[in-house]
Amino acid sequence: MEKNVTQDYLSLREQTQSRDRSLRNKVMTLEEACGFVSDGEHVSLGGSTASRTPFAMVWALIRARKKNLSFSRSIVSTEGDLIFASGIGNHILTSWFSQGIVWGVSRVMRHFTENRLARFEEWSHMSIGLRYRAGAMGVPFMPMRSMMGSDVAAQLDNLEEMTCPFTGEKILLVPALNPDVALIHVQRCDPYGNAQLDGLTFMDIDMAMAANRVIITTERIISNDQIRRRPDHTKIPFFTVDAVVEAPYGCAPHECFGVYEPLFPHMDYYAELTRKEPMEGVKAYLDEYYYAPENWTEYLNLIGLDKLLDAARRGRSIYDD
Amino acid sequence: MTIETKDFTASELLCVMSARALEDGQVVFAGVGIPLLAATLAQRLHAPGVTILFEGGTIGPHVVPGQLPPTTNEQRCTRKANMLVSITEVLLLLQRGYVDVGFMGGAQIDQYGNLNSSFIGSADDPSVRLPGTGGGNDISSLTRMIVAMPQEKRRFVENVDFITSPGYVRGGTSRRDSGLIAGGMYRVVTDLAILGFDEETGRMRVEALHPGVTPEQAQENTGFELIIDSSVGTTEPPTEEELAALRHLDPDKVYTA
Repeated sequence: MEKNVTQDYLSLREQTQSRDRSLRNKVMTLEEACGFVSDGEHVSLGGSTASRTPFAMVWALIRARKKNLSFSRSIVSTEGDLIFASGIGNHILTSWFSQGIVWGVSRVMRHFTENRLARFEEWSHMSIGLRYRAGAMGVPFMPMRSMMGSDVAAQLDNLEEMTCPFTGEKILLVPALNPDVALIHVQRCDPYGNAQLDGLTFMDIDMAMAANRVIITTERIISNDQIRRRPDHTKIPFFTVDAVVEAPYGCAPHECFGVYEPLFPHMDYYAELTRKEPMEGVKAYLDEYYYAPENWTEYLNLIGLDKLLDAARRGRSIYDD
Repeated sequence: MTIETKDFTASELLCVMSARALEDGQVVFAGVGIPLLAATLAQRLHAPGVTILFEGGTIGPHVVPGQLPPTTNEQRCTRKANMLVSITEVLLLLQRGYVDVGFMGGAQIDQYGNLNSSFIGSADDPSVRLPGTGGGNDISSLTRMIVAMPQEKRRFVENVDFITSPGYVRGGTSRRDSGLIAGGMYRVVTDLAILGFDEETGRMRVEALHPGVTPEQAQENTGFELIIDSSVGTTEPPTEEELAALRHLDPDKVYTA
């Protein structure tokens, strides 16, 4: 059984108060940032499906051979396959889990869940968002109006229905989710952790505010002076952040808004590799792309400059409209 | 199939027929696949004032022809949009009541319009673990729903194995009694017919058949008894203009193969 991710208020505050919230340099390597994640903890992943997936940090955690991690994300794509297959985690809380609808149902996810080797805990998409939001607000639950009457709710044991004391209507309560660590990839961040996000923010801001630690990976590190020129673009404040890692193409083979689109040929390749023999395929993929490379740059080299440049051309094209 | 002589595929028919189900001026929460494509098609034909919402957090986008997004979370979903918000905010628009139509695909549906996208077989020991609800449960819980899916006996079952996205639950007042006091299934658009639901029982009924489809065919492709009125009408076949616009949007047949 994974640890309880809904914390009592005073322990949550105490943990926050004990963090060094000063404006200080937090720049480090992917390997050093792994030190902020301990075995058995709950890790939330920013982005959604194939967008702004914090792949560089997931890659580093897999290489660091972490154990018994529990994960949550709004929608889980191939990183979920790799989490299960590498053995760093055997529990993922999400609303949807497969590479993407055009690639069909993940055979790796099926292998692990149907053989009960790992758990895919299914919540509605909005309920996950409200759980992070409750965590961000410092309240123990949020009321909501979906999921009632469904088997999604019937499968879950940490839900409560109540009668609204003001209107008498039936309402569902979902518990706060305060992750131990959130991994979030952004376009720009300064050395202190002021993170600027372009495009779709998914659940990342609530997630950062809910978490007890935040690791930011960023396409590029910019100066604090640049941040202060456009403070309205800063979406995650520095005092929530513990580590800042520069990881160019840090979502590859997924997308980073305005910088690169998904690397579709690589995603097609992965889907094909895992279609017939899911376990052999995913193990070969881990060996080739996760364990073999010396560093992140070598990983990107393996994916291929041509594919990265093509994705970058498509990614930047949205600014041509 | 009697429509095989026509010059379009079943998924093109599905797309055109479901696009027609949208009205100009509506706010439409569209899921990935046929709904995304059909909502964009409606926007380019009879309903230029349709406002599309995508689950990734987009308000009012215009998807670029030939650049269909593979999920509703990519930057391709944000082209020429009015606003980008978080996933939680866009889903809360459903709860707040700003949405006219929730528009989704489906893997398995039953007589009460309940959708299953979680498990084939029992949830405890499934024969197939499917990808899950995504926003489907929230959309179907909180607004009036149109579902687009092919009509096949294995997909149209008496009772779904697992209620991922609730329709009329067990019929009658059971949806309302469970706490879902707003929204509900409105239409299921298939490659054979337009289906609706009986107001009293919540059971599925045929609203109209597509050209050349007989009531018997609709029934044969359904795993439960459909309510079919003997005077049921027929839809108009897809026009050349509709098909041309659709093929312009999806030239690589990402969603209309």
